[in-house]
Amino acid sequence: MTTNTKIEVARYNELPMRIGRKVKIAEENIALFKVTSGEVYAIEDKSPHPKGGVLSEGLVSGDYVFCPVYDWKISLIDGKVQAPDYGQVRTYEVQQEDGKIVIII
Amino acid sequence: MDKQKLVMIGNGMAGVRAIEEILRENPNLYDITIFGQEPHPNYNRIQLSTVLQGDTTVNDIILNDWKWYENNNIRLFTGESVIDLDLKKKYVRTDKDRVVVYDKLIFATGSSPLMIPIPGVEKQGITGFRDISDCETMINCSEQYKNAVVIGGGLLGLEAAKGLTNLGMSVKVVHLMPYLMERQLDATASTMLKQELERQGISFLMEKQTVEITGEKRVSGLRFKDGSTVDADLVVMAIGILPNKALAEQVGIDANRGIIVNDFMKTNSKDVYAIGECAEHRGIAYGLVAPLYEQAKVLAKHICNKETEGYQGSVTGTQLKVAGVDLYSAGEIESGPDTKAIRVENEYEGVYKKVLIRDNQVVGTVLYGETAESTRLFRMLTQKEDISQMTSLSILQPAGEAEESDVASMPDEELVCGCNGVSKGTIVEAIHAQNLTTVNEVGACTNAGRSCGRCKPMIGEILEHTLGDSFDSSQQKEAICGCTTLSREEVVTEIRAKGLTNVKEVMNVLDWENDEGCSKCNPALNYYLGMVYPEYKDERVARLVNEKMHANIQKDGTYSVVPRMYGGVTTAEDLKKLAEVATKYDVPLVKLTGGQRIGLFGIKKENLTAIWEELDMPSGYAYGKTLRTVKTCVGKTFCRFGTQDSMGLGIELEKKFERIDTPHKFKMGVSACPRNCAEAGIKDIGIVGVDGGWEIYVAGNGGTDLRAGDLVYTVKTKEEVIEFASVFLQYYRETGTYLERTSKWVERMGLENIKKVLEDETQRTLLLERLDKTLARYNEPWKEAIENDEIKEKYYQVTTY
Ligand code: SRM
Ligand SMILES: Cc1cc2nc3c(=O)[nH]c(=O)nc-3n(C[C@H](O)[C@H](O)[C@H](O)COP(=O)(O)OP(=O)(O)OC[C@H]3O[C@@H](n4cnc5c(N)ncnc54)[C@H](O)[C@@H]3O)c2cc1C
Ligand code: SF4
Ligand code: FES
Repeated sequence: MTTNTKIEVARYNELPMRIGRKVKIAEENIALFKVTSGEVYAIEDKSPHPKGGVLSEGLVSGDYVFCPVYDWKISLIDGKVQAPDYGQVRTYEVQQEDGKIVIII
Repeated sequence: MDKQKLVMIGNGMAGVRAIEEILRENPNLYDITIFGQEPHPNYNRIQLSTVLQGDTTVNDIILNDWKWYENNNIRLFTGESVIDLDLKKKYVRTDKDRVVVYDKLIFATGSSPLMIPIPGVEKQGITGFRDISDCETMINCSEQYKNAVVIGGGLLGLEAAKGLTNLGMSVKVVHLMPYLMERQLDATASTMLKQELERQGISFLMEKQTVEITGEKRVSGLRFKDGSTVDADLVVMAIGILPNKALAEQVGIDANRGIIVNDFMKTNSKDVYAIGECAEHRGIAYGLVAPLYEQAKVLAKHICNKETEGYQGSVTGTQLKVAGVDLYSAGEIESGPDTKAIRVENEYEGVYKKVLIRDNQVVGTVLYGETAESTRLFRMLTQKEDISQMTSLSILQPAGEAEESDVASMPDEELVCGCNGVSKGTIVEAIHAQNLTTVNEVGACTNAGRSCGRCKPMIGEILEHTLGDSFDSSQQKEAICGCTTLSREEVVTEIRAKGLTNVKEVMNVLDWENDEGCSKCNPALNYYLGMVYPEYKDERVARLVNEKMHANIQKDGTYSVVPRMYGGVTTAEDLKKLAEVATKYDVPLVKLTGGQRIGLFGIKKENLTAIWEELDMPSGYAYGKTLRTVKTCVGKTFCRFGTQDSMGLGIELEKKFERIDTPHKFKMGVSACPRNCAEAGIKDIGIVGVDGGWEIYVAGNGGTDLRAGDLVYTVKTKEEVIEFASVFLQYYRETGTYLERTSKWVERMGLENIKKVLEDETQRTLLLERLDKTLARYNEPWKEAIENDEIKEKYYQVTTY
């Protein structure tokens, strides 16, 4: 896989607030979130829970998403699972260019 | 100095309380040994009925656990009886031939159930109701047998009867007198109680004297003096108790009805004391814990050489709870020629209050159904207050006001915990002095609330009142999640009072800890708002995945699609469509669900809307906190046993209630005869057709905690069924806690209380109105998604590169 590729995944205005969007880039499943503060985050779309769980469908609160299957609370900023559970998901750098959302991969 | 040896015979409520008091007075004075016949540490006998009913386990009612004895260096021998003693050489001997010498000896042997000495009393299947082993006998019996007869219509008898009814037995209570609990209640209250118990399924044989117990080895029935008989597989004798005085009497200690003691609980023998139900003081052997605990205090002071004026006897009010009904009586019960009575009889709410007055003084009171005023009336009675100056003896107060204003205005010396003789002042003092914040802590420090538990709500109020703002209410009740300390009740009240209209607003105004809440409060608040406002606009972001997506997510992130198949009835057309979709989309699993319909499993998110479109069937809501399915049997239309059109009714119910939000999922079943092929007995509402009508069951559950539904009514027409289902469902919606199934809800609220509300004409009309308004707000969600591009894009879009 190439590094540092920029991929445009959405237009900022079209992205719904607090509802994740599933983005597939080649083999990677990414969950994209626009949160109430206006910030956009992209994280790996799979909870580190041993049985997984798709994060793009999770409930969003502030800068966190709750895994819809096992309810782990995961930070959208650094991908860290919050106590008492632990683990971390991969985060992706997101940039905005002329109203476009770009993921660096 | 060598410690003196204190031996106690009996390991029950009064005895162990005396030991606690002794340790409090002086923990270093005695070397303590306790013998208990029962194999348990000291437990709360008052709560035995909850064990009998299966609500609690033995562990839950332990008052002093094994550790407590250990920590206080008490030698405890359980399962061991003292059978002999020597007053001169000062030792006791047990049935295990253990000999222990004493310097001071205390009898705390309690009492035994009185078994009437009639022919047949020795047969198997006859028990008293006194200890854990009696409860076990009854529970075992209820698993094998059907008919129970309780002899005795006093408190113990009625509690036993209620417990056995809950265990599924058919119970008859035999009573010698024309009225139940005639020593505590007057005829009116007694009649109300009897009617209430009859409603709860207990039947009564009044004015019957049992003369013989029939049967071979095991009891099979009773014969009465009038010649009539009744069948019985289990007989519970609850006609009274006898103080356990035999051991004392056998060695020459003075006894009458009980072991005779003076004001310091001392018997006529040197260094020998008696306390509790086995003791008789000034001619009275008490049978309730309050006076026994007073005795315990006196005894402790006395043998720890502290000053005490001695026990003066107790005037007691009897505060009881029988089968969910609060009762209170004190002083005189029946009106006489020189008494005047104030009576309030409220048939509607099942409340009755009587206060007897002589020469401007309260001399007796009987309260039925509501006992909040008991402490005040009791104070008037014991202090002989002159009531002529009182403008009104407020017997009936506006709803809700009574308790609240009470705590603030309550004088410090007023008794809060009757069982333990703890006043408001003592509690307030303890709260301040020891920084207490919970009801349990108050109990640990003052004993308040540690016996019958009836005073706990009031202790909670005193805590709240005393601590004011610093009172952490979250410790007393269940907060809806970690983002708040507020409970469901408080949140709903605030939503209504402040007119809060959306989730965000609730969180802001009510000071949520996280601006946008968590995965628990979001869906809960969304539900409560939708419950309060019939026109509420659902907030989809507050829903968890399944309800947000209108499809159930699976472990691999795919979804299931389960369309409606009303009443489990389908058509060739629908089956064809399902088959076509399954083929076209290569659906990995096509399965008949446990809810009588067909599910397609393993569907990719991006295919959901297309599949819904091609199916063109409504969502079966197999994912929702809402009506799931109404299972039906084939019924009268085809089945030779069917008495009713179960399919027709099931389909009608499913069509009426589909989509409505409920606290948890809601299932129904309709069978057309008692063979019950639709398993209506384990549904939230189950309906069983019988000749000429329908039986309605509620609160059944076939899930995690299996629970059989309770039969509530038998009605004639299907219109009545639908109306009942509507009001039941709406009342559940309005009072249920989010994620509380009807099985738990009914147990929390009490079926009788629910019925009372649903039987009220006005309430019913209002419930129906609110339900209909709410039902009108829903759209078919699959169709909505197909037709609305914004929804499609927002929720079902997957971007691929
Ligand atoms: C599909 C089905 C199993 C089947 O293959 O037959 C099913 C599947 C699920 N059930 Fe069920 N239940 C199904 C019938 C039942 C039944 C039987 C019935 O309805 O007659 C019960 C017991 C009856 C009852 O509820 O009283 C049942 C008791 C549960 C429970 C325990 C509920 C409880 O109160 O104890 C859960 C867990 C929960 O709700 O919290 C549950 C939860 C689930 C979930 C939603 C678990 C989840 O969150 O993922 C399953 C979704 C699977 C999926 O991928 O869609 N399912 N589930 C059935 C769908 C029926 C339908 O057509 O709607
Ligand atoms: C079902 C039920 C409900 C009740 N409800 C209420 C209520 O609502 N309010 C209320 O105030 N009171 C109530 N009571 C009464 C209350 O429980 C008793 O008054 C209280 O338990 C009496 O305490 P005690 O220590 O005298 O006797 P117990 O608690 O009976 O203790 C005596 C103990 O001594 C043991 N013992 C006896 N002889 C010997 C021996 N020779 N050697 C060793 N051990 C021996 C016995 O096995 C027993 O364990 C209720 C009682 C029952 C059974
Ligand atoms: S419940 Fe009765 S009527 Fe219905 S199918 Fe079974 S046997 Fe027939
Ligand atoms: S009144 Fe019984 S424990 Fe307080």
